[in-house]
Amino acid sequence: MRLLALIRVALSALALFLLFAPMAKAQGLEAAVEKFLADSFSETEAGIALVAASGAAHGVEALQALADRRLLASGSAKAVFYRDNSGKGFDLKSGQPADIPADAGLVRLNNRLRGVVQAALGTMTLLSPDPAQRLRAAQSVFKSRDAAALPALEQALTKETNPKIRAALSEARAAIILFDSKAPETERLAAINVIAESGDQDSLALLRQILPQASGALKTIAEQGIASIERRQQFRQAGQTIWFGISLGSVLLLAAIGLAITFGVMGIINMAHGEMVMIGAYVTFVTQEVFRAKAPHLLDWSLPIAIPLAFLVTGLVGILIERGVIRFLYGRPLETLLATFGLSLMLQQATRTWFGPTNREVSAPSYMSGSFEFLGLQITYGRLWIVAFTFVVFFALLIVLKATSLGLQMRAVTQNRRMAAAMGIRTRFVDAMTFGLGSGIAGIAGVALSQIDNVSPNLGQNYIIDSFMVVVFGGVGNLWGTLISAFTLGIANKILEPFAGAVLGKILILVLLILFIQKRPRGLFALKGRAVEQ
Amino acid sequence: MLTMRFLRLIEGRGILFLAVLAALAIFVSVGNLLVPPGSPFHVSTGAVVLLGKYLCYAMLAIALDLAWGYCGILSLGHGAFFALGGYAMGMYLMRQIGTRGVYAHPILPDFMVFLNWTELPVAWWGFQSFPYAMLMVLLVPGLLAFVFGWLAFRSRVTGVYLSIITQALTYALFLAFFRNDMGFGGNNGLTDFKDILGFNVQAQGTRVTLFLITCLMLALTFILARFVVASTYGKVLIAIRDAESRTRFLGYRVEHHKLVVFTLSAMIAGVAGALYVPQVGIINPSEFSPTNSIEAVVWVAFGGRGTLVGAALGAFVVNYLKTIFTTGWLAVYWLFALGGLFVLVTLAMPRGLIGLWEDIRLRLKRRPPAEAPAELHP
Repeated sequence: MRLLALIRVALSALALFLLFAPMAKAQGLEAAVEKFLADSFSETEAGIALVAASGAAHGVEALQALADRRLLASGSAKAVFYRDNSGKGFDLKSGQPADIPADAGLVRLNNRLRGVVQAALGTMTLLSPDPAQRLRAAQSVFKSRDAAALPALEQALTKETNPKIRAALSEARAAIILFDSKAPETERLAAINVIAESGDQDSLALLRQILPQASGALKTIAEQGIASIERRQQFRQAGQTIWFGISLGSVLLLAAIGLAITFGVMGIINMAHGEMVMIGAYVTFVTQEVFRAKAPHLLDWSLPIAIPLAFLVTGLVGILIERGVIRFLYGRPLETLLATFGLSLMLQQATRTWFGPTNREVSAPSYMSGSFEFLGLQITYGRLWIVAFTFVVFFALLIVLKATSLGLQMRAVTQNRRMAAAMGIRTRFVDAMTFGLGSGIAGIAGVALSQIDNVSPNLGQNYIIDSFMVVVFGGVGNLWGTLISAFTLGIANKILEPFAGAVLGKILILVLLILFIQKRPRGLFALKGRAVEQ
Repeated sequence: MLTMRFLRLIEGRGILFLAVLAALAIFVSVGNLLVPPGSPFHVSTGAVVLLGKYLCYAMLAIALDLAWGYCGILSLGHGAFFALGGYAMGMYLMRQIGTRGVYAHPILPDFMVFLNWTELPVAWWGFQSFPYAMLMVLLVPGLLAFVFGWLAFRSRVTGVYLSIITQALTYALFLAFFRNDMGFGGNNGLTDFKDILGFNVQAQGTRVTLFLITCLMLALTFILARFVVASTYGKVLIAIRDAESRTRFLGYRVEHHKLVVFTLSAMIAGVAGALYVPQVGIINPSEFSPTNSIEAVVWVAFGGRGTLVGAALGAFVVNYLKTIFTTGWLAVYWLFALGGLFVLVTLAMPRGLIGLWEDIRLRLKRRPPAEAPAELHP
């Protein structure tokens, strides 16, 4: 019997609760309406607090409306309304759609109240079902350090499962406790540790801010926290520099790797190498335009398809150049230099005539846009793809040279042309193929560079001197040397940049290279033996 | 006796060249100053400036021919020496503007006032004096060539490697001069010159005088170059060009010989640049662009390298073509023509216009062509 009575009491209590809970909410809102109607800043502030405390589902939207100047109070209807983004009217008390009377006027805000609204919104959205909104709310509390949000924060902390948001919440809580001089010392010390853990710029600013007011243990711990954040930032800075260096190095390597074949292996000074890169970039542009016109849903595939196309087109152009001009100039490197420079001028002008002098846009496919965070470094997918792609191209080329019969014949012809011919190798064919291969690789580089540089007739010019520097620095005829030299130059450039600025850094690198060539005229990894003196 | 030796030194082709130059000087100055406009023999002031420009280029070409044609040093950086000489002259002309600039500052050139500088950078000290500026025209390119050449030749950087690092040198200077804080006017360069040694640079008389001085300097340069290549020293240069190792084994200090000719060549290029600036009225960093230097190489190759006269002729012809091409509807085709010229010269006429002329002359004499002259080795 007793049990039954107990259940009955419980049930009726529940019913009462269910009945009155919305009423309690509505009561809070009703009080808020009166405050808003008063049209004074202090009353409005009280109103905001009431809306925030009411826990009503549309409270967030109403406060958002207040912040965006969409909350209106009507004296005649004794009611407050808000519009949503589309301009539809709602009643604040019930949250139901309503017509807004004509006399309704905006509830005014000043700057301080705007801060109050944002803080209230931050607290309210701490419990939002949308994780992104919860994260934003936690961050906004971290910034405002509004002590009123503490209970909401603690409530949110008990429920939160997402580790990233949890960290943001506990940081926000730590920030509030840290600046609360009434909080117990042990808790404030723990708060410093929590903040120092995150190690970003905001935390650093926060700790620096507390330093003047702190004393004793709090001060030493805060100083330690600052030191540890700064140390971590230095590491991150170094990591960032190295990553940028690797990224630049991979671009240099891509541009230079074809030259490592034509100049390094064959000894041809191909000043039109940069234009091969440019042609590759334009092939990418044309491929993408064709896809855009014919098959827009496959647009993401245009880049992978442009790679073999660019290889074929520039490879063919390269073979034409070799057969048409360069083969008459073997053994006369300076004349080759001049003739290929002439070719580069003609190719540039041809591109300018066909495609116009302006930059062409090649859009990034979806898998190459965006970025992610790794050990605190911002890494864009585009750059990561290019670095990975560079390595793929490099090793593919290495395999072609070292493990195919064409590669064997190429090396044989380079080392001793007449002996190779005597062994039945068609040296002329091999010459054309080698030059085609080098040019084709340059074209592939153009596909990648179209993603990070302007596709214009001058694209190649910007890379030609750098490419020669990379090959000469690495040691002619040595692919591994080219790899190491590209990354060395890339990283050195990025290390110098913060001290010297981009342009001066580049000049410094050039000067250092000129000095280096004096010291080791054959590059880092010089070929040894008879081939040297040819 | 002395005259005979002089004439033998200059050679028939050289005498013809000097005669043409003298005729040009007389024709242009008389045609501009005395013949009234409207007459078919009148030479407009614009044409005087244009011809003066060509002659400066011809001087640069002779400088390059000394190094490349006679010693095998293919410098892709001679445009830089030319521009450095030009900047030295430009700095003198800037200091002469004085209070006539837009900001009327007695010492600082306009662009420095614009950049809120209060003091003259050290590099600009002394440039108000003409003799000092002329010394710098010789010294700055000469010193750079000396240091660069000393480093390069001593470590036996030769052939295309040398070409590539000279190109890198030009490129580095090109980037550097674009910077405002270098103190040389950034990408606007130096311009708005008022007068030189008290004469207005815009005046007709000054222009003709500058043209005549350029003619004279070109003639002197040519005679100097002939003197160099005809001397014993010049013979060693040719030996180095054709067989460097062998010359070294014969006991010659190859790097010293190369260094001297490279420095001399750079100084001539500097003088050419210094004559160029007051006539053209502007010097900016684009003069350092690597393309300019390579273009100069093609003038020499087109005219015929290792002939001096050919180099000057090549500079004149190519630049005349450039003027024709770039001033009309043909502008689009200029780079095609220039690029084609590069390919044509290297493939079809390796000895240039002079070589072509010699071949024709041989054929006209109805003699079977003599043994083909030995290939020029790079």
